[in-house]
Amino acid sequence: MILVYVEVSGDAVSEVSLETVTFARGLSAAGGGVPIDAVLVGPAPSGATAELASYGVRTVHHADGEDLERFSGAATAAAVVAARQAAGSVVVMAGGTNRGNEVMARVATRLDVAMAANVVSFGGLSPFVVTRQVVGGAALEEMRLSQRPAVFTVAGHAVEPTPAPEPGAGTLQPLDVELTPGDLAVRVVSVERTDDADAGSLKSARIVVGAGRGAGGPDGFGDVLELAELLGGSLGVSRVVTSLGWRPHHEQVGQTGSRISPEVYIPCGISGAIQHWAGCASSKVILAINTDPEAPMMTKATYAVVGDMHEVVPAINEEIRRRRG
Amino acid sequence: MTNVLVCIKRVPDFSGEVLLAEDAQSADARFVGFTLSNHDSCAVELAVQVASATDGTATVLTVGSAESVEQLRSALGVGCAAAVLVEADPVALGPADVAREIAAAVRDHEAGGAGGGPGGGTTYDLVLLGNDAADSGDFQVGIRLAHELERPVVTGIKTVTVADGTATVHGDGAEGRETYAVPLPAVVTVLEGGVEPRYPTITGRMKAKKIPVETRTLMQAPTGSGRMRLTLPPAAPSTAEVLGEGPEAAGTVVDLLQKLGVGR
Ligand SMILES: Cc1cc2nc3c(=O)[nH]c(=O)nc-3n(C[C@H](O)[C@H](O)[C@H](O)COP(=O)(O)OP(=O)(O)OC[C@H]3O[C@@H](n4cnc5c(N)ncnc54)[C@H](O)[C@@H]3O)c2cc1C
Ligand SMILES: Nc1ncnc2c1ncn2[C@@H]1O[C@H](COP(=O)(O)O)[C@@H](O)[C@H]1O
Repeated sequence: MILVYVEVSGDAVSEVSLETVTFARGLSAAGGGVPIDAVLVGPAPSGATAELASYGVRTVHHADGEDLERFSGAATAAAVVAARQAAGSVVVMAGGTNRGNEVMARVATRLDVAMAANVVSFGGLSPFVVTRQVVGGAALEEMRLSQRPAVFTVAGHAVEPTPAPEPGAGTLQPLDVELTPGDLAVRVVSVERTDDADAGSLKSARIVVGAGRGAGGPDGFGDVLELAELLGGSLGVSRVVTSLGWRPHHEQVGQTGSRISPEVYIPCGISGAIQHWAGCASSKVILAINTDPEAPMMTKATYAVVGDMHEVVPAINEEIRRRRG
Repeated sequence: MTNVLVCIKRVPDFSGEVLLAEDAQSADARFVGFTLSNHDSCAVELAVQVASATDGTATVLTVGSAESVEQLRSALGVGCAAAVLVEADPVALGPADVAREIAAAVRDHEAGGAGGGPGGGTTYDLVLLGNDAADSGDFQVGIRLAHELERPVVTGIKTVTVADGTATVHGDGAEGRETYAVPLPAVVTVLEGGVEPRYPTITGRMKAKKIPVETRTLMQAPTGSGRMRLTLPPAAPSTAEVLGEGPEAAGTVVDLLQKLGVGR
């Protein structure tokens, strides 16, 4: 039995959770068709069960109620452990989001077993060996998960979310969870929407101009800011830039910053480390400007210009202004 | 008065290319040196802020090699008042081992200092850690530690303030900025970005040199992490079309932007 902790986003099952159920199907097939159950905690969108069924889920265990309305990591883990008991699962998994990793770490701790974060594939089943991302994906670790249940999270984009060739039964099963005062000691007390603040405009920008260490210092952002303004876009930066205090953190793109998906991303002086790539990979077109033609950003981009950003970007700005007259 | 313990990990500096050691058990840091994760640096900054705002003290702790004293000193240099090294071979440790050892040190200190170190008799109202380590990325030491100590834990936090025995903490959730009110004592794990880690001053560094580091040994033989080996992902093939070199490429770039319908 495989159990997947499912996260919702708005009025649908989250993309990462659908990826995780897809991953679970691979595991199920390798194990000779082990059934896949899902557990939903707290308010759930009405179409969630049908959607999970189309991904091959047999039973959806749903824990709901006043105590679970606002997120508590401990209460959520208690619900997942209860679902695991009900389903008799030997594998418990979730998507590799911060929340998924938190909940699985709590589940593993309660059950006193190991947990593997950000798995991308599995090798043998006995012993159960997984490959997972470490160093933010810059390296991979083969890890043995010998205890049962095997608890892990699946890294984002490890698999494409695909509906099952044959849907599951998708039976909705209310789940009773006995919560202790300790499970509810710490809960979200309020949520403040931040759509328009700081990072919001970067996340939804159609055009993003990026700048990395190549900017050279806190004063090296004038040209890229001007280009962003000429194009009606936003500035995004690498972690080196925020770590050095050259620009504020809410401008950071990457695994520990914002994930952007603009129509055009123009990274200047950014090497394209895997953790930066994680935040910009869904840009439709990437036009990289870098002195090093071998930099990963230059080889992975759609288009590349080899050169010093402090010469190339002002020339582009000039050309745009000239054509506008 | 809030006494804070901040737990940090010595990790290779991964800001450049990642290389692996020959035995494939760890990253090769010979050419890059060691540092703290960004999350851990922010945890140190928050520890110092909370301690100084409440007239408490911040103590820094690591479980690792003797060389980890370098990272302890950097935390002392920015305002931590005491340091603890639990000496161990880092490759042999799994997240459960680390949590158990930190918990043992906390219990000792709180019981009046069986360790005999400078932290003797201190109660840690708040224990701060990074959300996930830059090298192993286990996402779990803080949660396991809280379980050992039977204290509540919140993860992925960016800012912390303490008043009247309660920590008010903020993090970014899927729906927006989330606030938790956390009764102390508690464990909180920190994500980078909420605070700007300060740099050590010269006087800070001088002071740090004089603070003795309490050294402890492992309570229990480690069970390990299940790691078999590390590999590097294959490099992606080049797919880019080179538009040109230097400022002369500007015309071609603007042609392209116009074709894409931007920059008009
Ligand atoms: C767990 C973890 C999470 C991380 N999360 C993130 C994240 O969210 N976002 C992120 O960005 N990074 C993240 N990183 C860091 C990442 O590994 C890299 O260190 C970082 O992205 C590098 O930034 P950079 O490209 O600006 O600097 P560098 O790698 O130093 O690259 C600078 C580039 O600029 C070029 N250059 C130099 N001068 C010029 C010039 N005058 N004109 C044009 N080009 C020039 C160089 O050729 C080089 O390619 C993370 C790392 C870890 C371990
Ligand atoms: N060996 C260690 N010594 C002290 N703290 C650690 C150690 N390993 C991890 N931590 C802390 O736990 C956090 C999460 O680590 P991990 O669960 O391994 O991803 C890190 O950011 C550190 O704050």
